[in-house]
Formats: sequence, structure tokens, C-alpha cells
Amino acid sequence: MSDTDTNSRISEIVEDSDVVLFMKGTPLFPQCGFSSRAVSILDHCGVKYASVDVLQDMDIRQGIKTYSDWPTIPQLYVKGEFVGGSDIMMEMFEAGELKQLMEEKAVAKSN
Amino acid sequence: MPMSGPEIEGMIKDALPGSEVEMTDLAGDGDHWSAKVTAPQFAGKSRIQQHKMVYEALGGRMGGVLHALQLTTAVPTS
Repeated sequence: MSDTDTNSRISEIVEDSDVVLFMKGTPLFPQCGFSSRAVSILDHCGVKYASVDVLQDMDIRQGIKTYSDWPTIPQLYVKGEFVGGSDIMMEMFEAGELKQLMEEKAVAKSN
Repeated sequence: MPMSGPEIEGMIKDALPGSEVEMTDLAGDGDHWSAKVTAPQFAGKSRIQQHKMVYEALGGRMGGVLHALQLTTAVPTS
């Protein structure tokens, strides 16, 4: 698959849901400590989110790093916009900024 | 070969003169690091930009040989 195709696939994914987490593993079975931390933070925020397991898709795993110009996974997107990795998520969460961002962007809540 | 703490610290300080870097070996195995970087160059930058500046200082090793670096960035207060 070409890079352009991968890029448009990623665009579609991040436009498709309010909140998207690209991670290693699944929310139930994260395969990396950083991804696990990102999942916990989102669960605490009480928002509905889609997750993409990059370990299942090598094109996405590489492509997402180019897409955001960010070298690591997990990566969080809100309303199509790159927010950061797990460290930034944690800093924002602790400062109350993540919740604020979710409210400002009016993302769907989890049940 | 994992990167050593002093090696990581040195690269960050070279790229961001005047910065302070506090390294913590999270797992005690010399491979999982936490770095707290305080740098005057971060002033006025977003969190994403600040983290990218540190990643750039590490010259593309982040996500490669350097898998596990927990990063916190701050602007000096005084």
C-alpha cells in the first residue's frame, strides 16, 4: 500500500470518531505500559473513544508516525487533531486540561 | 544496546543549552527512563512542540533504540 493510501486511511479513521487512540494492543489488553496508561486516562475522562491496534497493521504503525510527525505510540486524536502521546495526556490530565479539551470539543461521553 | 542515562542527558543538554535534565531509571534496568527537562527554550511553545524539541535533540532515536522514555517538560520558573 502506498504512503498516500495509508495517509488517507488515517485521515478517515481520525475523522470518523470524536476521540481516537492509536495504541499497541486493545483497551482491554494493552501490549505496552504507555498504551495502558493512555487507556486509563481516557477511561478516567469518561469519554467514548475508538482505538486502533497498530500491532495489527504495519502500514498504520509506520504511517501514523509520519502523519503526526511524532515518533512514538500511543497517539491521541480529538476531532481529527493530534493531541499528543501518553506523557502529554498525563500532563494535561493532571492539569485538568484534557477534560477541558474534551468539553470544549463537545465529544461524546461513555456510558 | 539501550542508551544510558548520562548519554540521553548529554544529548538533550547539547541541543538545549542551559537546560536542566533530571533522569530517573524507572525499572532499575537501565532501559526504561524518565526525563524531566526544564529549558528556557520551551517558553511560549506548546506541549507538543516542547516534546518534539527533546525528540529532535535525541536525533531520531526516540521510538527506535530509545523505546521507553517518559518525558516531562517545563519552563524554568525564575
